Amino acid sequence: MTTTSTVTTPDRRGVSKTVVRPGEPPRRARFRPGAGRQHHAGPFAYVALAVVGLGSLFPLYWTLVTASRTQDEVLDTPPPLLPGGKLFDNLEAAWEQAHLGTAILNTFIVSCCITAATLFFCTLAGYAFAKMRFKGRGVLMTMVIATLTIPPQLSVVPLFMMMSDIGWGGQLESVIFPTLVSAFGVFFMRQYLLEALPYELIEAGRMDGANNLRIVRSIVLPVARPAMMVLGMLTFVQTWNDFFWPYLALNQENPTLQVALGQLSASYVPDQSIIMAGALISTVPLLVVFVIFGKQIVGGIMAGAVKG
Amino acid sequence: MATTTPTRGAHGSRPSRRAPKPMTPARQAWRSRLWRFDDKASPYAYIAPFFLVFGAFGLYPLIYTGWIALHRVEMTGLDQMEWVGWANFSTILQDSEFWTAVTNTFVIGVISTVPQLMMALGLAHLLNYKLRASTFWRTVILTPYATSVASAALVFALVFRADGGLLNWVLSFFGAGETNWVNGHWTSNIAIAVIVIWRWTGYNTLIYLAAMQAVPSDLYEAASIDGASRWQQFRNVTIPALRPTILFTIVISTIGSMQLFGEPLLLEGGVNGAQGGTEHQYETLSIYLYNYGWNLGHLGPAAAVAWAMLVLLLLIAAINWLIGRYARKTAA
Repeated sequence: MTTTSTVTTPDRRGVSKTVVRPGEPPRRARFRPGAGRQHHAGPFAYVALAVVGLGSLFPLYWTLVTASRTQDEVLDTPPPLLPGGKLFDNLEAAWEQAHLGTAILNTFIVSCCITAATLFFCTLAGYAFAKMRFKGRGVLMTMVIATLTIPPQLSVVPLFMMMSDIGWGGQLESVIFPTLVSAFGVFFMRQYLLEALPYELIEAGRMDGANNLRIVRSIVLPVARPAMMVLGMLTFVQTWNDFFWPYLALNQENPTLQVALGQLSASYVPDQSIIMAGALISTVPLLVVFVIFGKQIVGGIMAGAVKG
Repeated sequence: MATTTPTRGAHGSRPSRRAPKPMTPARQAWRSRLWRFDDKASPYAYIAPFFLVFGAFGLYPLIYTGWIALHRVEMTGLDQMEWVGWANFSTILQDSEFWTAVTNTFVIGVISTVPQLMMALGLAHLLNYKLRASTFWRTVILTPYATSVASAALVFALVFRADGGLLNWVLSFFGAGETNWVNGHWTSNIAIAVIVIWRWTGYNTLIYLAAMQAVPSDLYEAASIDGASRWQQFRNVTIPALRPTILFTIVISTIGSMQLFGEPLLLEGGVNGAQGGTEHQYETLSIYLYNYGWNLGHLGPAAAVAWAMLVLLLLIAAINWLIGRYARKTAA
């Protein structure tokens, strides 16, 4: 007996699409996989989540508290738990001591360049791996995933020598170029396009006489846009926060925010409240992004994970 | 569809934009060759950027690291390489500081990964209930992920300070609070593990949550018909279904803990941070590499450290693979 049933599943964009599965008994339309067992959370769950949530947010709050006090107040016992009035003095001091103006501009340039390049190249590669037939596709995709397991530590020494050899020593190029395209991004776009882009759409394009580039521009890019949004935000957060290689590659005169922050704390007479003011400057832009796009970022991480 | 189009005088062979003229066989052959070339070459052109970038800035340096490890290269003269054979390797292998770094990396890796993944599993289970404001909870738990290593390490440096630190002050109400966290071997490793746990638990929670939502509900229905309690369902349905995801997160977290750099560097900051504490009590392999290469300026031994890390990673990968195989066998 083959009955055909329709099951409504939310896809990655949160829009419900109807999937027809042959050979399954009809189910109620509002069923989701895993939804059948969803009990309501008891008070214990809320208490536990609230405790973890407070733990997650408290260090950020305390960054603000310590950034708005003098160093003496910060190191006093008991430590301050409420913000004070020294925030702008500390911000100004941090700004002067650590080239923060340059650092913010640099971080912005680096993050934007890498995000734009990652989106462009990863979408193209993800499309090729998801929907085009070519020799060696499986092996090449396995190689892409394998590169995810190689930590950057293994190649920094020659990378540093190479960069100074071609005149990029201490320049932003040395931070931008090695991360222009990421294996995670290729994988992420492939997983999305595998499901979101039907072959019929590509065939229809070909029937109309579109060449491959035209298909990418008029069919693949519009379909890929929601996933590109998410990948863009994830990449931006990562490059903004990147520490290890920028710390080795860049110097005090031309740092990114994270590098400047590291150097601020390595100075001879570190002032804790000025350091925390620097930390606050480097964190706030991302928190703003997070408050606005939190839902999308959460959805993106979960979407990338299911098939991972 | 061949349409008849009026010929346009002497330039009739020029293709018209509006309505294509029937093509001559030679032209048709040329066009179909062009099409075929487009089809054959395009996929390679689309994936080429990844492999070019990875080849130039990933694979080539990785192999070149091995070559540098056999030479004497100083930060002061990067273009001079002097062959020394295995001397760099024997230098670091005989250095007790190297073994301290290996131990610390391992210890911090275990005490950060294990509690973190267990907490993430529990939290994911809670988030999988029907909750009010579920997006809010997910976002809050993920917030530390948006914080940089540097910022996180600097706040926690204040929390773990010996005198005037927040944690010691809280502990003083319980009669403790005299601990000098960064000076002790275990206590400093715990402090670093706490930073790692704080930053990554939320991320792993979401990965587990996504996997839990993909578990077919029929399994739970069948289990509850058989009279399984909630805990038994979690233990016997959820955990086995999540096994591949759990393995995946273990691999990712292990690789991540091999890379610990910002946390130990900034826990004390300054000269102490750059060598992993006065007694190297919280020095990790990345700090050791950095200290050798960028502070002392000897890039040869630093490259040797990188290769030692590669060997350790392969060892861990092998162990992971064995555990995975064992887990699959016992599951079957």
